[in-house]
Amino acid sequence: MPDGALPVLEVSGLKTIFRTRGGEVHAVNSVSFDLRPGELLGVVGESGSGKSVTMMSLIGLLPSPPAEVRDGTVIFDGKDLLNCSVAELREVRGPGIGFIFQDPMTSLNPVFTVGYQLREPLIKHMGMTKAQAQVRAKELLELVGIPDAERRLRDFPHQFSGGMRQRVMIAIALACDPKVLIADEPTTALDVTIQAQILELVKELRQKLGMAIVWITHDLGVIAGIADRIMVMYGGQVVEQGPVSEVFHNPRHPYTRALLKTVPSVRGERTAKLSVIEGQPPILRGAPSACPFRDRCAQAFDRCASENPARHPVGPGHDAACFWDFDADAPRTQEAAHA
Amino acid sequence: MLDATGKALIEVSGLKMYFPITAGVFRKHVGDVKAVDNVSFTIYEGETLGLVGESGCGKSTCGRAILRLYEPTAGAVRIDSKDVLAADANTLREMRPKMQMVFQDPQASLNPRMTVAAIIGEPLDEHTSLSKKDKLARIYELMDQVGLNRDFANRYPHEFSGGQRQRIGIARALALNPKFIVCDEPIAALDVSIQAQVVNLLEELQDRLGLTYLFISHDLSMVRHIADRVAVMYLGQIIELAPRDPLYLEPLHPYTQALLSAVPEPDPEAEKSRRRIILKGDVPSPANPPKGCNFCTRCPKVMDICRQIEPTFHEVQPGRYVACHLYQETAG
Repeated sequence: MPDGALPVLEVSGLKTIFRTRGGEVHAVNSVSFDLRPGELLGVVGESGSGKSVTMMSLIGLLPSPPAEVRDGTVIFDGKDLLNCSVAELREVRGPGIGFIFQDPMTSLNPVFTVGYQLREPLIKHMGMTKAQAQVRAKELLELVGIPDAERRLRDFPHQFSGGMRQRVMIAIALACDPKVLIADEPTTALDVTIQAQILELVKELRQKLGMAIVWITHDLGVIAGIADRIMVMYGGQVVEQGPVSEVFHNPRHPYTRALLKTVPSVRGERTAKLSVIEGQPPILRGAPSACPFRDRCAQAFDRCASENPARHPVGPGHDAACFWDFDADAPRTQEAAHA
Repeated sequence: MLDATGKALIEVSGLKMYFPITAGVFRKHVGDVKAVDNVSFTIYEGETLGLVGESGCGKSTCGRAILRLYEPTAGAVRIDSKDVLAADANTLREMRPKMQMVFQDPQASLNPRMTVAAIIGEPLDEHTSLSKKDKLARIYELMDQVGLNRDFANRYPHEFSGGQRQRIGIARALALNPKFIVCDEPIAALDVSIQAQVVNLLEELQDRLGLTYLFISHDLSMVRHIADRVAVMYLGQIIELAPRDPLYLEPLHPYTQALLSAVPEPDPEAEKSRRRIILKGDVPSPANPPKGCNFCTRCPKVMDICRQIEPTFHEVQPGRYVACHLYQETAG
């Protein structure tokens, strides 16, 4: 990705809470990131780490109540999406930001044909006539590698297999040529051989269409193959962010380090015993005043319980939110001077 | 893990599990979904056999049919040289304590209205006549074994996290000192950082109690970690069965090769240079499997013979079994 290019999407200080009977749940806590044109940003984290909620907050897809986006700015195309009206947001969704959801079965409407669902955004957002939309819909299905596209447009979602449905979802997200594509665990529900097909497809489409992509997953292997940059989330916060090879080979947050170790490999050395991250992910009640990972962290010391570490640079384009300095193997002595 | 040392605990031969397809008012029998089609394998005492395959290939059905949670269509299953499929209801009930199961979804397989103590104690009620005091002692012992806090005995499943719920399921399976446990995707519903905890627990229990596992999973990297031997299923049939290391090092069947190459690796450099075998299309329907080899519709190395004749499942190297025409002539 060209350095210095203006980011297409700039998120800063995003805070999303859910009001529940047990009190407020701080699902997303001061998340900041940017996305440059043509870049693929991988977002990794366990369930409940806030990765999906972050992305859904961006374009106002969360039901409110119980959700409330409390703070932050999301700059896309010179506009702050959090201050946009519903009508304005609708203009952004589709041609501006496309979304691929995790489960292709529940996010396609079972009572409309695939053709109808593909034509709908084309007619609404692109101002096409039905005939034009039909032609484009066929092109899109061919683009994502569905054979016999013309006939398949008349089929309903249940007539497609899981992998095919996910391809349809991708085709719908691509329909309006979005500048940014957000893919929320698009291959999690699929088998590995089908996942490999989809990953190849995405690589190919990126070269052809050159859009910026945010790829949410909990599978580090998937990210390693396709991402330029990676952002690790834990407990509603970004704990580490950096270029993909940096983060994999030189992780600077204890959570990332542990996560990379717990995943067994199908190639390479086989370990006798899996290393384990003890304990449970945190419950995000109340505003965090301490590091969310401290209970499970081997490096934790007194400061971690009294203060929530801010992200600070650890290398070029690489930052981590931790008080521990892994080079010196000691607590960081002072806040590094950072911009 | 060659057969000379181990004693065969589970012997499955020619197992078939067909689910009938019926049509019309009279529910006329029009076909079968061949979920498990002529599967044979042996599990030796103390070992873990991994059973891998994509969703819908029949691996869970196979696990359930072995325990006779379904009534299999044909075949024989012997546990400790006693026939499970031929046993009548009473004999079967006496055999149940030996063979247990850990289910995939800990949320769905625990009764939400029962406390943890009641869930773990239920098999004890059914199969033993312990006094109340002994039963509670056994429940506490089991909770200790799987790493659950004794104080939680009177709580309900919804108060636990996914990983803890799976521990409850494991404690229940252990209650009657089984020899053999079918683990049906026990970690699929758990987070990555919790998966390792449960897998380590299963391994520890195996060492301590001398258990034998059939570990069903679609996660090839986890199976490589836990299994001694691995069986690969495709469309209701086992297409390759081999000791772990040779299978992962040098898979023989084209499907196994494709399956392993499709697993992404958490290493950016390796991922960039690696060439995947991308399979075209989807798995055919098990109600209407292709003629000849089941894999012939997607196989990158398909030959004419594959579309005509079904390959036999036979030993090509000591301990390595493959069903593929590529290796047929070497067997003579």
